[in-house]
Amino acid sequence: MRCAQSGAPKSSTDVAGVPLNPDCTNLDRTVPDIAAPAPTARPARRSRAVSGDTIYAAATTTAGVFVLLLLGAIIASLFIGGWPALRAFGPGFIFDTEWDPVQEVFGAGVSIYGTLLTSIMALVLAVPLAFGIAFYLTELAPAWLRRPVGTAIELLAAVPSIIFGMWGFYVIVPLMAQTIQPAVIDTFVDIPLLEDFFAGPPFGTGLFTAALILAVMVLPFIAATMRDVFLTVPAVFKESAYGVGATTWEVMRSIVVPYTRAAVVGGIMLGLGRALGETMAVTFVIGNTNRIATSLFGPGNTIASIVALEFPESPAGSLKLASLLALGFVLFVISFIVLAISRILLRPRAKG
Amino acid sequence: MGTTTLSPARNATVAAALGRRRKRIDRLTRILCIAATVIGLAMLASILATLLMRGLGGLSLDVFTRITLPPGSSGGLLNAIVGSLIQTAIGTAIGTPVGLLVGTYLSEYARGSQLGTAVRFVSDVLLSAPSILIGLFVYTVLVDPFGGFSGIAGGVALAVIVIPIVVRTTEDMLQLIPVALREAAVALGAPKWRSIVFVCYPAAREGIVTGMLLAVARIAGETAPLLFTSLGNLNWSLSLTQPMASLPVTIYQYAGSAFDDWVALAWVGALLITFGVLAVNILARLVLRRRG
Repeated sequence: MRCAQSGAPKSSTDVAGVPLNPDCTNLDRTVPDIAAPAPTARPARRSRAVSGDTIYAAATTTAGVFVLLLLGAIIASLFIGGWPALRAFGPGFIFDTEWDPVQEVFGAGVSIYGTLLTSIMALVLAVPLAFGIAFYLTELAPAWLRRPVGTAIELLAAVPSIIFGMWGFYVIVPLMAQTIQPAVIDTFVDIPLLEDFFAGPPFGTGLFTAALILAVMVLPFIAATMRDVFLTVPAVFKESAYGVGATTWEVMRSIVVPYTRAAVVGGIMLGLGRALGETMAVTFVIGNTNRIATSLFGPGNTIASIVALEFPESPAGSLKLASLLALGFVLFVISFIVLAISRILLRPRAKG
Repeated sequence: MGTTTLSPARNATVAAALGRRRKRIDRLTRILCIAATVIGLAMLASILATLLMRGLGGLSLDVFTRITLPPGSSGGLLNAIVGSLIQTAIGTAIGTPVGLLVGTYLSEYARGSQLGTAVRFVSDVLLSAPSILIGLFVYTVLVDPFGGFSGIAGGVALAVIVIPIVVRTTEDMLQLIPVALREAAVALGAPKWRSIVFVCYPAAREGIVTGMLLAVARIAGETAPLLFTSLGNLNWSLSLTQPMASLPVTIYQYAGSAFDDWVALAWVGALLITFGVLAVNILARLVLRRRG
């Protein structure tokens, strides 16, 4: 009988000892016996157990609430820090394209434009590649190749962003300046509208180069998410399609993609969220200019890059620092919305 | 009229042509997918090759024994490496227990509750939130009010990045523990917290360690949050209340400089940090795989 009342096992020896207690081996006998001594034996044990549970439940719940407060504190600190700028420039802050530290006039227009343009260009470049990689890893690659190739793609996501910046600056920028940009500019030189898109001297740096680096950076995130959601398609669905003679591509297009559409968009939004806030890589190659460039090869700025580049020249308490914090607030709002949509779309599919 | 199109012979040619077309499209998409994968792998190869080519030559004992010095005086990266280790350790030491508790809350206490759904959502958003904003946040709460950049502020900024990573892996790993194991603990009269701490945590040990390693790999290479918190320091300093050097920030300062020896040292640092981070990442995968 002692085994039923001995309280929580203090160690594995207690646990192991239980079945050896002869009183407990016969269930028929123990069932009526439990009820009788329980009232006297239980109170002490339960109060101890309850207090341990109460403490642990309280600790974990507090930690959970702390995460909520953390998010609130991040939003609040950026808003309060940026308030002087938001008050001084009003809602026009978001659209104003002037950024003039000498005149103390700051607008977010150029960097918001740069952020959205480079991120969207990056997605245009990365999504088809990511789709191809996910398709290859789930349907085409031989089984022995799937894990090493998948791991290699995931490792690309682990490379620190400053390394992408250096790689971009020392490898991609010269390549762009000497080979790609002159060729593209020459190709479109006499075509009215496209001429403007690709105009300007081939510096190598600029919005397009930043988008290219961002594309390489978000590629593994999107590819890994797509691969994971493609794997959730029930094999029966695919086998049915193969059974009626569909090719691999037809199975992909007619079965896998429709089944996973929402999650695929969620994965793309996750990549967008990453691209929007990427700092170090962009800082190296964006060109750091506070004018809106009509050419995709022109220099520019993103919210993250202007904050990183201008922060050292922004003394505490200055309007410039407030403007940078206000820019941070704007970036947080944009990426929060994008990431929230991504999470909602990536929610696991309900059973049935 | 319709009889011509329905004639069996013509039908067969149409079907054969269609079949050929479908096969062609299938082959084309296969080739494109393989090309996409090759491009992705080529990017990784190009980065690693660049690092090896530019960084390996400068790798010497001096890098680990000398601190950062003015251009031309053959300095090393000792203070940056030590600073990175200290701040990464602070970040992990603060972030892991908090993340573990939050992950436990989500997995064990918050099933179906609205608070739990909110916490999970917020944690997942923080997981992908721009790290530069976390730097700005810590700047406004720890650097600006307390009058200066400090190593501890850098560590706290990194801890904020660690928390959601550990939360995600902890919750996922606790979810994988068989119900029978919990039932066994409860059947022996163990209160819930004991079954979590003494049964579930040991059973999920590999997963939790993996989460921690992934978090270390992530924060070791973070630059943006440190720019506004620990700032960087070209002198030797172990004080947590003073600006502290870190490998990523030093690389950032050196890579953009006009001095060849600084740029060369930046590549050595980049080589060290990338291969370090990738090694920890692979280690994390091996730990998880041992689970079977």
